[in-house]
This record gives sequence, structure tokens and C-alpha cells, in this order.
Amino acid sequence: MLLVVEQFLNGLQFGLLLFLLAAGLTLVFGIMDLVNLAHGSLYMMGAYFAATFAAWTGSFLLGALLALGATLVLGIVLEMTALRHLYGRDHLDHVLATFGLILFFNEAVRLIWGPAGLALPLPAWLTVPVPILPGIHYPAYRLAIIVVALLVALLLYLGVMRTRIGMLIRAGASNREMIGALGINIKLLYTLVFGLGAALAGLAGLMQAPILTVQIGMGENILILAFVIIVIGGIGSIRGAFLAAIFVGMIDTLGRAFLPNLLRQVLSGAAASTAAPALSSMLIYLLMAIVLVVRPEGLFPASRR
Amino acid sequence: MKTFTVAKAVTALMLAGLVLLPLYSQLSGNIFILTLFTRVVILALAAASLNLIMGFGGMMSFGHAAYLGIGGYAVGMLAQEGVGSGFIQFPVALAASATYALVIGALSLRTRGVYFIMITLAFAQMAYYVASGLARYGGDDGLTVYKRSDFSGLINLSNRTQFYYLCLACLFGVVFLIWRIANSRFGLVLQGLRSNEQRMQAIGFPSKRYQLVCFVISGMMCGLAGALLANNTDFVSPAVMYWTRSGDLMVMVILGGMGTLFGPVIGAVVYLLLEEFLSQLTEYWALIMGPLLLLIVLFGRGGIMGLLGRLQRG
Repeated sequence: MLLVVEQFLNGLQFGLLLFLLAAGLTLVFGIMDLVNLAHGSLYMMGAYFAATFAAWTGSFLLGALLALGATLVLGIVLEMTALRHLYGRDHLDHVLATFGLILFFNEAVRLIWGPAGLALPLPAWLTVPVPILPGIHYPAYRLAIIVVALLVALLLYLGVMRTRIGMLIRAGASNREMIGALGINIKLLYTLVFGLGAALAGLAGLMQAPILTVQIGMGENILILAFVIIVIGGIGSIRGAFLAAIFVGMIDTLGRAFLPNLLRQVLSGAAASTAAPALSSMLIYLLMAIVLVVRPEGLFPASRR
Repeated sequence: MKTFTVAKAVTALMLAGLVLLPLYSQLSGNIFILTLFTRVVILALAAASLNLIMGFGGMMSFGHAAYLGIGGYAVGMLAQEGVGSGFIQFPVALAASATYALVIGALSLRTRGVYFIMITLAFAQMAYYVASGLARYGGDDGLTVYKRSDFSGLINLSNRTQFYYLCLACLFGVVFLIWRIANSRFGLVLQGLRSNEQRMQAIGFPSKRYQLVCFVISGMMCGLAGALLANNTDFVSPAVMYWTRSGDLMVMVILGGMGTLFGPVIGAVVYLLLEEFLSQLTEYWALIMGPLLLLIVLFGRGGIMGLLGRLQRG
């Protein structure tokens, strides 16, 4: 029982983290029609910034805040120098150009921070286990991630659906020429959206940093998961990204936790321990394959343009 | 045939260079260059196979490196289990690649555009994780191939020159096959589908079937490259399937000129030699390579082949 609740919360926490990453990706794709492979690099940069700033300031929260700002600025600079020129080009061009950016970022990180990973230690008040149900404790930090991510998701929803900027963003997604003709500064809007996406990726990176080590290439594996999520959820749909992210987070976490035991009841011990890791890492891709067979456009496709 | 063009001259020069390379290596005693170019030729083969679906079929696969791994693992696993004959290993490598391509293609072709790019990427990543989980065959650390494929006296793969010429022959064979495919009725249908799928469907072509067959052929060609690569490095690991490797292959195709016959070969030669050159220059070669890619995308339309064509027109 304890294990089930714990793994369930782990799945939720991982799913929400994936949502932060997928939201930025799907936002940038939905509005600018830009495929950004370098999104994972922004995630990595967020983690590296947080580790560095936290070490400088001696405070985890201050470091996290500074890192958030730094990824926002980095995203804006990236958009203004490079990615802006890719709008309206073929998707293949996006893939190649941002692939080049990944090479650049990985190498730049190796140059600046060295090949060894960094650690981002947590302050003492975040490491204590918190009782959530009678007799069941859960680490405060993971709980904090869940709360922060849910809060961000809510803010994002309200921001996009209820504010003037959000209205402009939605209008830009459905018809970019028209909103430009109505006198809206599209360039600025795009830069802003990209910066927002970068900050979301940075937030995901810096929150994940204390759980895993901060290392080169950390953004690449999770980027693929974010892709799977937006394919499942439907490209350009934030609601779809949210639901798919939690779904994928759950399945991945629960699969890794319980599949080995389940297999052991069916197969012999040796065969199960061989098959389990491969099968559990395949689970979400199988899920994606099933979704594709049933609904090629994803579960919650954004409304047609 | 059309008259002389710069692009043709450069292609002919490069092909002649590739054929004569072992001679140069022998005369100068530079063995390293032969090893380097064996790798170049094998990856050129992989890039050419990717070009078949990207350039002619209009299918932007971002998971092509998976076949390199599948072909390689077919050789490695069979060798591990004591089956050393190339007459078994290579057909198995091709069959395994074809099976994988059939399943992945059938699923991925339900989508198009960016979805297709992401899905092929995700499936290749799945293959990567599966290979990492193969504890019996080295898992993450990879699998050493202690003995190269044995073709019982027909050809000795451990002989550098013979192996190089085998790879080169495979490359030429594949390029010839792609040329025949591109000019066949089948290839023309594919190119029609690339230009306008709806119209082709309206005429009555079963578009998905054509694309799937093309996808499988391309996968088998790349599986062959994988089997050769495992023999070349005497080693196969999940890293050959890692998605940056798929990106490399894509870059080679674009750099050389997508949809041209010899473009990917030129692209592979230029890309790998550039990588070699930059990595000798500085340890941080990717710092230069990354922005260079960005610039190629921004300013170099049509790749090297396109550039040569523009050069001609002045």
C-alpha cells in the first residue's frame, strides 16, 4: 500500500515535470510553427544555472529564481539571434538548425562547467518527509514540485485563456497574418512566447536537478519523452499535453516499479529480470503506437487551422 | 545524357578518389586514412538509404540510426552465439531491418509532417533502450565482435583493402539501385506522392502501400550499412542507435543535397572529414560544428549539389 501510494505520487510528480517541458514545446510549435529540438538544452541550462547560482548565493530558492530569469533571457536571446530566421521555413530546416544548437550547447557546457556533472543540494527544510496520509510519509521536495507544477499549469491556463496577452497568443496561433494586420507586434509576441517556453523548460530542469545529477545530455532523453507526450496529446494543445504528460509520467514510473514483479509471476526469475528493464522502457512507446493506431492526430488535437 | 556540369565533374572526381584510395594508402603507408574512409563509405551508404525515403519519398525519418544498430546487433549476436558465417549474418541483418521497418513504417505512416519526424525519432529511441537492456549481449556497454563475418574464402573481411572494396561495392550497388528505383514507375509514383499526396490518391494510387515499401527498402539498405559497420569497428553498442546519430545522417543528406543521387555520398564525405579535421583542431569541435549547421540551414539551400548547380549558372 505504502509503495503504491509513493509510486503513484512519483508518477504524478514526473508527469507534471514532463508537462512543464511539453507545454513550452507545444506552445512554440502551436504558435510559431517551430520544431525546437534545443528545448531539451534549455532544460539542461536551467539545471546548470540553478546549480551555479545556488552555489554562489548559498540559497536554493534565490538560485532557482535567478536560474529561471537566466533561462528566460537565454531563450529570448536565442530567439532573437537564431530561431527568428527559421519561422516559415520547412520543418526539416528547424530540426537541423536546432540539432546544431544542441551540439553547441552540450559543447559549451562541457567547456564552461567541465565534463563532470554538478550536484544541487537541497536545503534542510525541503528534505524532511511530510506525512500525507496516516502512516505514509512523502519527501517534502517532491511534494513541492507537484504543488509548483500544478500552480504553473493553472497560471498558464488562466494566462492563455483569460488575459489579453493570452488572447493575442491564441489569435496568433490561429491566424498570424491577420493579427499582424490588426496592428499587433507579432515579432515581440513571438519572442515573448519563446521566452516563456524557455523559462518553463528551465523551471523543469532546475526542479529536477536536485533529484538527478546535473549533467551534459540530461535534456535529450527527457526531450524525447516530451515529444511522445505532444504526439499523444495532439500537437499545439496545452490541455492535451497536460493530460498526456500525467499519463506518460504515471505509466513510466508505475511500469518501472511494478512490471518486474508482475513478470516474475508469469516468467521464470532469470527471464523476467532480463525482459523487465527493456519492456518497462518500451511501455510508453507502445502506448504511443496504440494512440497512433486509434487516433493519428493525438488524443486532444488542437482545433484545425 | 546531358552535357558536362560542374556537379557531375565533382562527383566523378570524388568517386575516382574513393576507388583509388587504397592505392594511395598502400603507396604512402598511411593505414589510418583507409580505416577512416571505410567508415566514411559505410556511413555514406546509410545516408544514401536515408535519402531514398527523404529525398525521393518525402518521408522525414529521424530514426534511421536504428537500422545501423539492428544490422550491427544481428551480426554481433549471431557471432556471439557461434554463427560466424556472413552468408547467414547478412541475410538475417537485412531481414531484421526489414521487419522493424515494416512495423515502424506501418505505424508511423499513419501520420505525416512533424508527427512523422517525432515518431520515427521516438521509435528509434525505443530500439536504443531495448538494446541497452539486453544484458546477455552487453547491455549499455555494447558487444564486442571477436570475429568478423566469414564468407568462406570468397572475401576476407579482416583484410583492410578487401573490406574497403566490399563496402565501396555495396555503396555503389545501393546508389545504382536507388537510381533504378527513382526512375522506375514505382519511384515516379513516390515522387508524385511527395509533391501532392491527395492528388495521387485521387488518381487511385494506394499511397501508404507505396511509401511503406519504400520505407522497408530504405531500412534494409541501412541495415546492410549497420552489418558492415559492426564488422568495421568489431563492436556494436546501443550508442550507434542514439538519436544524435540519426541527426548526423540527416545532416549528411541535407548537406550533400537531398533528392540527388550522389548528394548524400558527398555530404557524408564532407561531414565526416570536417568532423575529423575540427576534432584534430580542437577538443571542442562541436562548438564550431553546431553553429556551422545552423548557417548551412539558413543560407545553403539545396546543399553542396545545389551550390555546384548555382556555381555553374554563375
